[in-house]
Amino acid sequence: MLEIKNLHAKIDDKEILRGINLTIKPGEVHAIMGPNGSGKSTLSSVLAGSEVFEVSEGSATFYGKDLLEMPAEDRAREGLFYSFQYPVEIPGVSMVNFMRTAVNEHRKYNNEKPYSASEFLKLMREKKKLVEIDSNLTNRSVNEGFSGGEKKKNEIFQMAMLQPKISILDETDSGLDIDALRIVANGVNKLKSEDNATVVITHYQRLLDYIVPDYVHVLYKGRIVMSAGKELALELEEKGYDWIKKQFED
Amino acid sequence: MIDNKVIMAEDQDKILEEVTGGEYKYGFTTDIETEVIPKGLNEDVVRLISQKKNEPEWMLEFRLKAFSHWLKMEQPNWAKLNIPKIDFQDIIYYAAPKQKPKLDSMDDVDPELKATFDKLGIPLEEQKVLSGVAVDAVMDSVSVKTTFKETLAEKGIIFCSFSEAVQEYPDLIKKYMGSVVPYTDNFFAALNNAVFSDGSFVYIPKGVRCPIELSTYFRINATNTGQFERTLIVADDDSYVSYLEGCTAPQRDENQLHAAIVEIVTMDRAEVKYSTVQNWYPGDKEGKGGIYNFVTKRALCKGDYSKVMWTQVETGSAITWKYPSCVLMGNHSVGEFYSVAVTNNYQQADTGTKMIHIGKNTRSLIVSKGVSAGKSQNSYRGLVRVNKKAENARNFSQCDSLLMGDKCGAHTFPYLEINNNSAVVEHEATTSKIGEDQIFYCNTRGLSTEDAIGLIVNGYVKEVINQLPMEFAVEAQKLLQISLEGSVG
Repeated sequence: MLEIKNLHAKIDDKEILRGINLTIKPGEVHAIMGPNGSGKSTLSSVLAGSEVFEVSEGSATFYGKDLLEMPAEDRAREGLFYSFQYPVEIPGVSMVNFMRTAVNEHRKYNNEKPYSASEFLKLMREKKKLVEIDSNLTNRSVNEGFSGGEKKKNEIFQMAMLQPKISILDETDSGLDIDALRIVANGVNKLKSEDNATVVITHYQRLLDYIVPDYVHVLYKGRIVMSAGKELALELEEKGYDWIKKQFED
Repeated sequence: MIDNKVIMAEDQDKILEEVTGGEYKYGFTTDIETEVIPKGLNEDVVRLISQKKNEPEWMLEFRLKAFSHWLKMEQPNWAKLNIPKIDFQDIIYYAAPKQKPKLDSMDDVDPELKATFDKLGIPLEEQKVLSGVAVDAVMDSVSVKTTFKETLAEKGIIFCSFSEAVQEYPDLIKKYMGSVVPYTDNFFAALNNAVFSDGSFVYIPKGVRCPIELSTYFRINATNTGQFERTLIVADDDSYVSYLEGCTAPQRDENQLHAAIVEIVTMDRAEVKYSTVQNWYPGDKEGKGGIYNFVTKRALCKGDYSKVMWTQVETGSAITWKYPSCVLMGNHSVGEFYSVAVTNNYQQADTGTKMIHIGKNTRSLIVSKGVSAGKSQNSYRGLVRVNKKAENARNFSQCDSLLMGDKCGAHTFPYLEINNNSAVVEHEATTSKIGEDQIFYCNTRGLSTEDAIGLIVNGYVKEVINQLPMEFAVEAQKLLQISLEGSVG
């Protein structure tokens, strides 16, 4: 579904991604790990459509369509979901209104009729139950005054609402206590199916105890330097990133 | 290789240029036979207007007194506005759609006029009118039609054009006209008193809650014409009324002057809610044309426990100079001011309020939200005055500014004059920008940048919009979106 070839990206002439190659198929869970500053977050935000970075080389196709040509909103409507490491607060905009606009924009893009208020509220109730999010979160303004854990839960709730084909979760575990981590991971697991894929970006192995990956990739200095099965995460945990750094020092 | 920041800046410029993509929807003109008097202003013109309106002698004297006072006054220039010189001799002071002298039924209203108001979404046939809103439609200098008059009369409520009130209720007019805004008040008020054409008059008798929203819709149509209307609302003891005001004008290259007066008087325990959605033509993207909007709006909370609430959504006009105020004379009286002022392109707004605490235990609340885009300038100017004998006065003011782009300006001028030690006065002000990160967050959820801005701005002004009556709130939200289409900061 997602095919990334030789992707290069930079900011202010500083090259951060230096030739990423990655193929993701439906039903797969990929984990991307790596030390700080290796380009993990850059990769995810470039795929989500951030204009902060400039893609200088390479390609990314999503179901055959050129992803890099699309504005961020069309990538979302095509079925790409990006969970933020630091979700943004939008004061005064209610979660209900925000999600209803988003869901109906998706439907419009796919030539479906927008949901009526009652259809939408029904969908929201179902999804809230699925990802175990409290009602009071959805009654508030988007992320406003949410705790770190609440913000992350809210990302997973939005993922449930938008039913993406591929979800990129950027450091979803950062700032979560163990209970919140379990709820968030359960949510992700429940949303998993044969038809969708998940990309988990993380620094630590901890999250991967809950969301078990099919593949683990190690990103270092803007390149994927190692790919293997889930056992690679454990090896990394044991040996630390210095092990990678030593091997791939330029 | 192109620097990424340059690309972003170029994108922003492009989007900012598209700001004007939000076309002014009401810019059409109505081709209708109009009776106009020659350009210019002198004593004869004042007499002529009075004569056209068949006014009694006392009204003419009132006008002449105001006119001679106006001649001695200078146009004020203390506001943070760049006002081009207005040639008061180059304006037509009276224009009226020609129609049969007496309207017996709706069939007598010129079909062109009916069509105009239909196009504006203001149907004049009562059965078609939005449920629960009575309308007084004013085109250029005259009131075209007032709906639901008979229904209201059963409750003793008077809702009619100002001209009609002068003829039918001279005692009420003599008693209250100028009692809140005297003709000496300011330059534009004096001018209005001399040449005012029409407007609305409302009287709510003791103990009556007006069952429907009352509304006046102002439309400038004729070219080179100034509009000078006045509204007077009197709410007697224990009464309540919610009043709405809307306005639009055709798209023209010239600047047209609008100088209105609104006076409100509330007696004991009476409450008046006055809501405005101001959408006069703002001029084009180069700043050509548009309405100069110089308005004096003031309420006198005369009775104990009386309350006046001003809510305004200002999106139109090339220049806005407007400070809806409350004189809190009655003990325990309350004044509230909720405002959203949106400026784009070359628009200028200097708007705010005055809360004058005179009675004991009076309270006032100010919530002002400015949104500036393009090359516009947007100022909040507000005065809170607590007089010597105003024990236990309370005021809270919140003034927020939102900037879009880096070519616009937002300014806050709060004035506090506190002469009683028991007063508690609080002022909070914030300035923010719509964050790129907020827009990107919305984008990743499938919202276009335009929709994201609409959502964020509507969230920002929600506190004020929530004060508007339902139908008006929906209209105001749409209007905000149109006014800001494409403007990213």
